[in-house]
Amino acid sequence: MIQLTDIEKVYRTKTIETVALNRVNLQIERGEFVSIMGPSGCGKSTLLNIMGLLDEPTGGYVAIDGQPVKTHSDSKLAKLRNEKIGFVFQSYHLIHDLSVVDNVELPLLYRNVSASDRRKRALEALEKVGLSARTKHFPNQLSGGQRQRVAIARALAGNPEIILADEPTGNLDSVMGEEIMDILLRLNQEEGTTIVMVTHDENMALKTNRLIRFFDGQQVADSMVIEAQI
Amino acid sequence: MLKNYIKIAWAVLQRRKFFTFISLFGISFTLMVLMVVTSLYDHAFGPQMPERESDKLLFVNNMREQFKEGYTNSSPPSYYFLNRFVRPLKTPENVSINSIFMPVNSYVNNKKLTLDQKHTDAAFWDILEFNFVEGRPFSAQEVNNASRVAVINQNTRKNYFGDKEAIGQTIEVDQVKYKVVGVVEDVPVLRLHSYADVWVPITLKSQDFKRTGLKGTYFATIKAKKASDVPKIKDEFASMMLQVNKNSKPEGVQEVFSFADDIFGTFARSLMGGGKTDKSGLLYGILAFAAFLFMLLPTINLVNINISRIMERSSEIGVRKAFGASSATIIGQFIVENIFLTLLGGMLGFLISAGVLEMINDSGILAYVNLGLNLRVFAWGLLLCLIFGLVSGVYPAFKMSRLNAVEALKGGSK
Ligand SMILES: Nc1ncnc2c1ncn2[C@@H]1O[C@H](COP(=O)(O)OP(=O)(O)OP(=O)(O)O)[C@@H](O)[C@H]1O
Ligand SMILES: [Mg+2]
Repeated sequence: MIQLTDIEKVYRTKTIETVALNRVNLQIERGEFVSIMGPSGCGKSTLLNIMGLLDEPTGGYVAIDGQPVKTHSDSKLAKLRNEKIGFVFQSYHLIHDLSVVDNVELPLLYRNVSASDRRKRALEALEKVGLSARTKHFPNQLSGGQRQRVAIARALAGNPEIILADEPTGNLDSVMGEEIMDILLRLNQEEGTTIVMVTHDENMALKTNRLIRFFDGQQVADSMVIEAQI
Repeated sequence: MLKNYIKIAWAVLQRRKFFTFISLFGISFTLMVLMVVTSLYDHAFGPQMPERESDKLLFVNNMREQFKEGYTNSSPPSYYFLNRFVRPLKTPENVSINSIFMPVNSYVNNKKLTLDQKHTDAAFWDILEFNFVEGRPFSAQEVNNASRVAVINQNTRKNYFGDKEAIGQTIEVDQVKYKVVGVVEDVPVLRLHSYADVWVPITLKSQDFKRTGLKGTYFATIKAKKASDVPKIKDEFASMMLQVNKNSKPEGVQEVFSFADDIFGTFARSLMGGGKTDKSGLLYGILAFAAFLFMLLPTINLVNINISRIMERSSEIGVRKAFGASSATIIGQFIVENIFLTLLGGMLGFLISAGVLEMINDSGILAYVNLGLNLRVFAWGLLLCLIFGLVSGVYPAFKMSRLNAVEALKGGSK
């Protein structure tokens, strides 16, 4: 459902030129749970941002459901992000002026959804991550694991086709990390949500269907995770 | 959508108490000062009782003599000058001559009252629109006969007679007994051409009439037939002054100056000094510029606050973009927030203005002043604030909305 063709991302400043991505070709299929691994600075986040239409590549094409997005306007891209994609960030990025449930409603805010419907769907999403008891709290009243669950609920609320998660467990201890991973696995298996996850944790990566390894802006391996490996 | 914008605006305002306080204070304080100043302006120069037809009224309150040695000397004009040269002017509908008000003592039940007394002719009551609460003004005949009659204001009536009958009673002012013929509503002291506590016939001061100098202790109040006659009256006044300069200059004086101005004009002239030209335009210009500067400061303050406020929220902008807000939506959100803040400040400013005006009224700093909120000025002030709010919100919002989502997300991690 997301197709990357010859993607190149070069950061240029006056003095230096950094190649973050170098001719990446990648196809994400519906229903997959893909993990991306690689050393720090190899371009994983850059790749995820380009997939999520948050960033533009300096070369190559991104296509969503076969449609190239290169010529899309700002508002058209916003609409695509809103309807098809849910983001989960390493540092949660909740809006601290809003309550948990208002945070989760965010993707629905940019759609034509009535306030009561918004609330209903946000509460459903919170239920899926097991946070029904914390809807009126503010983000700073929650633990890191709880915040990340709110962030996942927010990504779910819009019912996206794909969730892009950049080190979702990076800031959490292993127990909370496991919890988050379980939620993602369940989403993928029970609801068929496509997930692309960047991680530094080999064990987590091995729980996914497909593991892509990156080095210096290039894929160096792309393999199906075989049950036996677990 | 709008409800949500306001919700987040409210949340942001509550969370960022210091910023909120500074912005709200800036807006409401500015509005308050604007309101109080314009209210005072209206009070001093606008059409108010008793100078209600202010566009038809002109005042002569100054006589400036420039001596050959170079120095100048100014004071109110004399009765002689006003009676001899101003009263016969042809363009006006009516001319009144009246003394400046003088504080005089009077005793009531052994209590000393200091009253401001003014001597006037009968035309004074025709030209000006006093609100008579009881009785009547004194007539031309009473003036001619130098009758000892007086019109007093409500405050004096209260101090002197309390709840008892006032009309027909005598009051003793400056050791002279007068019969009260009328009681008028209190006139604010800022209306210094009309204000007094006690008004008595000008003929009771006839000893002043014989002096032939140009300087004295009198004013003239001129009423035009219609507002468009005012320039003609000024012209006639100027050519009359040419004659005075030619024929009636005192010894040693090089030139004498006197003008018929409207209320604001008399004020402008006395504030901005000599010369022959009307200073109203210049003073208006200075005042408008001062008001502009005064409004500019909170605007700059607001722009600054907004920029840092919005910068601080770059991560929020990134998140909103990631979840489907377009740049236009983001700009909309910040503009709504800003307008909401401005309106809140405006409302607060309105309440504070009302309170401050009430305080000035009660404090007695200005005698008999009754300042009110000028709604027209408030509307303008609020509109200005809104425009400023828009301008101060649009620029930073626009800047931030252009921010690449990835950069914005990096901007602040929470
Ligand atoms: N705005 C930028 N300007 C210049 N260079 C950048 C910018 N953003 C990223 N880079 C460079 O691009 C490369 C890839 O960065 P990216 O953030 O994608 O790495 P990453 O694989 O996500 O690393 P980590 O595991 O530490 O998150 C890095 O070398 C980084 O220095
Ligand atoms: Mg990264």
